[in-house]
Amino acid sequence: MEPVLKIEHLNKKFDDFTVLEDINLSIAKGEVVVIVGSSGCGKSTLLRCINGLEDINDGRVLLDGETVNPGSRNLTKSREKIGMVFQSYDLFPHKTILENAILAPMKVQKRSRKEAVEEAMQLLDRVGLASRKDSYPRQLSGGQKQRVAIVRALMMNPEVLLFDEVTAALDPEMVREVLDVILDLAKQKRTMLIVTHEMSFAKAIADRILFLDGGRIIEDSDPKEFFTSPKTERAERFLRTFEYEK
Amino acid sequence: MGFEVIFKGKNFIRLLSGLGVALRISVISVAISIALGIVIGMLMTLKKPVINAVTRVYLEIVRIMPQMVLLFIVFFGFTKMTGSNLSAELSSIIVFSFWGTAEMADLVRGCMISIPVIQYESSKALGLTRLQTYIYVIIPQIVRRLIPLSINLITRMIKTTSLIMMIGIVEVLKVAQQIIEANRKSAPKAAFGVFAAVFLLYFLACWPISCLSKYLEKKWEN
Amino acid sequence: MDQEVINSYIPLFKDAFLLTVKIGWLGIALAFLLGIVCAFILYFKIPVAKTVVRCYVELFRNTPLLVQLFFIYYGLPAVGISISAEVCGVVGLGLLGGSYMTESIRSGLEAIPVIQTESALSLGMTNGQLFKNVILPQAFTISVPGIVANVIFLLKETSVFSAISLMDLMFTAKDLIGLYYNTMESLFLLVIFYVIMLLPVSLAGTFIEKKVRFKMFGD
Repeated sequence: MEPVLKIEHLNKKFDDFTVLEDINLSIAKGEVVVIVGSSGCGKSTLLRCINGLEDINDGRVLLDGETVNPGSRNLTKSREKIGMVFQSYDLFPHKTILENAILAPMKVQKRSRKEAVEEAMQLLDRVGLASRKDSYPRQLSGGQKQRVAIVRALMMNPEVLLFDEVTAALDPEMVREVLDVILDLAKQKRTMLIVTHEMSFAKAIADRILFLDGGRIIEDSDPKEFFTSPKTERAERFLRTFEYEK
Repeated sequence: MGFEVIFKGKNFIRLLSGLGVALRISVISVAISIALGIVIGMLMTLKKPVINAVTRVYLEIVRIMPQMVLLFIVFFGFTKMTGSNLSAELSSIIVFSFWGTAEMADLVRGCMISIPVIQYESSKALGLTRLQTYIYVIIPQIVRRLIPLSINLITRMIKTTSLIMMIGIVEVLKVAQQIIEANRKSAPKAAFGVFAAVFLLYFLACWPISCLSKYLEKKWEN
Repeated sequence: MDQEVINSYIPLFKDAFLLTVKIGWLGIALAFLLGIVCAFILYFKIPVAKTVVRCYVELFRNTPLLVQLFFIYYGLPAVGISISAEVCGVVGLGLLGGSYMTESIRSGLEAIPVIQTESALSLGMTNGQLFKNVILPQAFTISVPGIVANVIFLLKETSVFSAISLMDLMFTAKDLIGLYYNTMESLFLLVIFYVIMLLPVSLAGTFIEKKVRFKMFGD
């Protein structure tokens, strides 16, 4: 099957420091790929390179066979098809929840307000926030804001969804409500690329696990295999940091 | 262009000493403003209804009354009311201190209430006494925020002192006028050069202070 | 104070008041336009223009209006550029105010976190859509308190117009004090007319700040 997203020989440097080195990756339609690795390994940068928020030094990123990065003339067109949810709550503070969801569909895709509102209400209902449609982001908890951010990304009907440590800034009791929404998306066969530190969540949702270290993909395996018997010593050390012993 | 007049005879020295008058009045007024402003600003944080009411009226008067109007009230009004003469220089110091104190008090109050409660609580949790908390934790933080803002007040004060010519004090603008008048025949374009020089002198007096204020604000941001 | 004297002075002060208000608000309008243009130049880092704007802002923020007016009104005619006192008042106030407005608007624009830009871009917005729908409305809200403070500051600065022989409130007061020695009556009317000019603006400013904040952020 033809992959939805393809990355070929991607290299990324910040000045002289190599952040990503020769990344190659194909993601099939409906596949859920989870990227793990210690902080500073380049996971977030990889996501940002995929939708062109970062320029790349070498290689290319393709969506449906069309180049997204570098220098696509249709970068904004491609970005419509790549949804992204960030770690910090990045809702537009001057818009209500509903307005946050319908702004881009109306302005970018030129859809009618009526239709956009209808879809937004369905999605907000699905994440349990329909009743908060007229609230402002400031009045919501972190978990609620993240669920709205996911709805906002879904409104564009993206082919691929990128999640950049979306629960890292949340209180523990709010992590679950956000992860449940993402699990629901996996059931709908959405294509997703997820960066996370929640290992049990990774195990539950992933079709494939990528382990990044020092800017390289050093393991690309089945989740069961990765968590029980990692191939590399580095991955084993990484996994051990999540265990506690007395 | 009339620039040659500036350096003719003692003209440049006269301009500088004119600026000196303005600077002297600024420095005295700023010193008074800072001292009184700190006291009044601290009083304002006590949340006593009477003090609050009085200071609010005071601050609102300063907020909406031009310094020029205040200067007229003191300079002309005082003489009329008491029959005795208040010198222009003393009038201006009174007015600029009245204005500066309000500005300073508002800054002090703002800085004091911007210190988060957690700073007081964690000091208490560490076993510091109330006095120690103020000396080692609160005041150093307030001072860091306050210094750049007070320095900024100095430049505003210097700019404001240009008003004193309007009540007859011979300062830089007045000296400039005299020089232009004296050279009306020999240098008809003197007005351009001399006023440009005054413009530049004020800029050179204020700009370095503004830069210092900005620099300190950045440096102590966190 | 003599009631009759006050009554006879009111028409004189009223004319002066109208002149002061007219020049004041025209100057503020000019300042606002200038501020928007200059702030955009700084925000978008337009080469050359941004250096010019920086010099202008520093020069006018660090000099008194009185000196600026003297230079424009008495200095420029010596090299052949003559403008009327009224135009000079508007231009002087506009130039001074423009430098303050630039700073207020620029700091509003720069206060918007990068993540707002990134999330708008990742939703497929163009730079134009991003600026219009995301940056501008937020920046405006943040700038409002600064803009209100500038408006009040500029209205107060109108009190130096008498220096370029405009028949404004200060001019009228000084004239009447000098001519008839009715000091208290003149000062009383001077204060009253400045209160009429500034108190509504001060109150409206506070109201607008609250209203805008609520409308934009719901608190």
